[in-house]
Amino acid sequence: MSYEVVGIAVLWTFLYGYLIVASVDFGAGFFSYYTKRTNKNHITHNIIQRYLSPVWEVTNVFLVFFFIGIVGFFPSTAYYYGTALLVPGSVAIILLALRGSYYAFATYGAKDSPLYTFLYGATGLLIPASLSTVLTISEGGFVIKENGNVRLLYGELFGSLYSWGVVLLAIVSVLFISASFLTYYASRAKDEGALKLLRKYALIWSFPSILMGIIVFFLLSKRNLEHYQNMVDLWWMFAVSLAAFAIATYLIWKKRNYGLAFIMVMVQYFAAFFGYGAAHLPYLLYPYLTIYDGFTNETMAIALIIAFIAGLLLLIPSLYLLMRLFLFDADYVEGKKEAM
Amino acid sequence: MFEYDPVLYSRLLTTLTLAFHVIFATLGVGIPLMIAIAEWMGIRRNDPHYTLMARRWARGFVVTVAVGVVTGTAIGLQLSLLWPNFMQAAGHTIGLPMFMETFAFFFEAIFLGIYLYTWDRFKSKVKHFLLVIPIVIGATASAFFITTVNSFMNAPQGFNIIDGVLTDVSPLAAMFNPATPSKMSHVILSSYLTSAFILGAIAAFHILKGSKHVYHKKALHLTMVSAAVFAIGTALVGDLSGKYLHEYQPEKLAAAEWHFETEEKASLVLGGILTDGNEVRFALEIPYALSILAGGSADTIVTGLNDFPEDEVPPLWIHYMFDLMVFIGIYLAALSALFVVLHWRKKWNAFNRPVLWAVVAGGPAAMFAIEAGWIFAEVGRQPWILNGVMTVAEGATTSAHVDMMLYLFLVLYAILGVTCVVVLRRMFKQNPVEAELEKRNISHQAV
Repeated sequence: MSYEVVGIAVLWTFLYGYLIVASVDFGAGFFSYYTKRTNKNHITHNIIQRYLSPVWEVTNVFLVFFFIGIVGFFPSTAYYYGTALLVPGSVAIILLALRGSYYAFATYGAKDSPLYTFLYGATGLLIPASLSTVLTISEGGFVIKENGNVRLLYGELFGSLYSWGVVLLAIVSVLFISASFLTYYASRAKDEGALKLLRKYALIWSFPSILMGIIVFFLLSKRNLEHYQNMVDLWWMFAVSLAAFAIATYLIWKKRNYGLAFIMVMVQYFAAFFGYGAAHLPYLLYPYLTIYDGFTNETMAIALIIAFIAGLLLLIPSLYLLMRLFLFDADYVEGKKEAM
Repeated sequence: MFEYDPVLYSRLLTTLTLAFHVIFATLGVGIPLMIAIAEWMGIRRNDPHYTLMARRWARGFVVTVAVGVVTGTAIGLQLSLLWPNFMQAAGHTIGLPMFMETFAFFFEAIFLGIYLYTWDRFKSKVKHFLLVIPIVIGATASAFFITTVNSFMNAPQGFNIIDGVLTDVSPLAAMFNPATPSKMSHVILSSYLTSAFILGAIAAFHILKGSKHVYHKKALHLTMVSAAVFAIGTALVGDLSGKYLHEYQPEKLAAAEWHFETEEKASLVLGGILTDGNEVRFALEIPYALSILAGGSADTIVTGLNDFPEDEVPPLWIHYMFDLMVFIGIYLAALSALFVVLHWRKKWNAFNRPVLWAVVAGGPAAMFAIEAGWIFAEVGRQPWILNGVMTVAEGATTSAHVDMMLYLFLVLYAILGVTCVVVLRRMFKQNPVEAELEKRNISHQAV
């Protein structure tokens, strides 16, 4: 494998990690807002809080990793995306900033305010929507380069059916991933009330998520035929995704093996996300930038890969400890241990 | 007011984000160490007051971490959004420590999450203490890695430019450039110093407000002893910085010191104002001191501003920033040393009102010194973004709407800043130390 491919695979893996952990977090925000509005808050509040409190910071780092890493491996992305995305990028930062800090203010400041909950819920849907537009832009036709200047075509972006399809796909996926995880977490916590409600949400959002996936798949053929055909060539990955989805939904519906069901949801998104990404290659930004002409020098690539491996050796045991103490510790999950 | 100039607005927005972020970043580097010291004291002396101190500091700390994380994410992305050409060059040369910084922070974030929620989880107190060590290491390593990037901007090396193309890149040489040793030790130590003073100012304020509890006195003593140690360290490193500047960025040193004529036995200019004709007035001049600072002896020849090309001299007002930083640094060192001495001689009272007020003032003053120091460091590099390689104007975006973004972020930071203060105040007002001691059955007269 060339360094270019290793580099993009590393980054894509981090983005996938962000997709999963952030979806759980974003969806949890929306569910906690929604249940509050419908006065079912008491049912889900504890489950969501207990999961989120120790891990919220970790979520953000996955994203930072991705955008610092991509500048390291593919410095030209800073030039193209950096110039084009000033406004949408800034909006995403502001949403992330409000979300992160108001979460901490509400949790540690020990005061529940309707404003905090609203911000937390609303940003949970707006952030994935705004971040997903970066993937849309990468398909080409939304960014032009003229006289050495890179410019984003807002009219094109907001008028595109594909663009809105991706936004919807992102939102329903967030809700589905989150609900299926929280269902599992509630079952671990032996919290029957929360389990019943969250399982219902998981089932509600399951079909919209797969439906939007299929719709976007076909919309892409109009947007970027080359990418679409590459995806058709990788059809088996999307077949794996569909099968994983079917198993996950079946298990949740049958009230069995919620843990396995969530792993299947992860497989569903893994296969689809990597199928999409592999078919996108070699382009980082169609048609201007490929992984080959935007790549860093070889010395830096080797240094980054070594740093990455060393970092993983440090992080994996730490993450394992975090999960053991908070995700898989029965007493903690059931709420028998507390206090900071 | 201005004609739209993306370079100017990019500079303003970056200044705004960094000026706000650095408050939380500084606390983020220093406070974990203070927490670790307090928890360790609690175990060593078997004194629950110190343990509670660590616990309460950690609780306040996590709120500032949240703002630090989100503003850190902001600057991380803004670098690419506002300085795409610079980041393209930086990615090729100094991408490694930037990448490693995220690892260090990741490591810290994981253990912070664990640390906060496991106070009562383990039977052995030492086990919980062990969890704070990765937080301290992660926080300090983050500062180290990100400061190497800033050092690189001041003293770029580890690459060649042939016909406009970067070649022969050596990431380690770029990272360990001549500016790295003095800069990273100065940044890390001054963060420790500032954090100790902020916590000390809070304790002093409680005593002034009439809290009689020994808890506050212990907190004040602990922070002042730590501050005295960090202040001495910071001063020693300041000397190294002078020698570094003399050798690698003489124009920055000359501008900071309003040193116009190249000469030996150069004197150090303290304070003063500069007239239109570049005459220094009302300043305190210490003979030979600049030569000694620059090269260790009075015979050192220090290049003056008149011998640099005019368009490569940074704005001369950085002298004020430099002096502000130095004066506050001396104030903090002297004050913490005074406190330690007063406390050490049992018959003197270290907790008298003037000293306490001086400590209260020292907290915000320390933060001003951090801001002034960074303004000096950054403006002192002008017109360069990469010293001698790329100017700020070459590095900036060409995008429209940077001005709009500036206003948006101004509003964002105002909201975050105000809410952060309100939340912290409420948190500790609702749960004062006396009440918490009571609740946890800790005796008032514990050792």
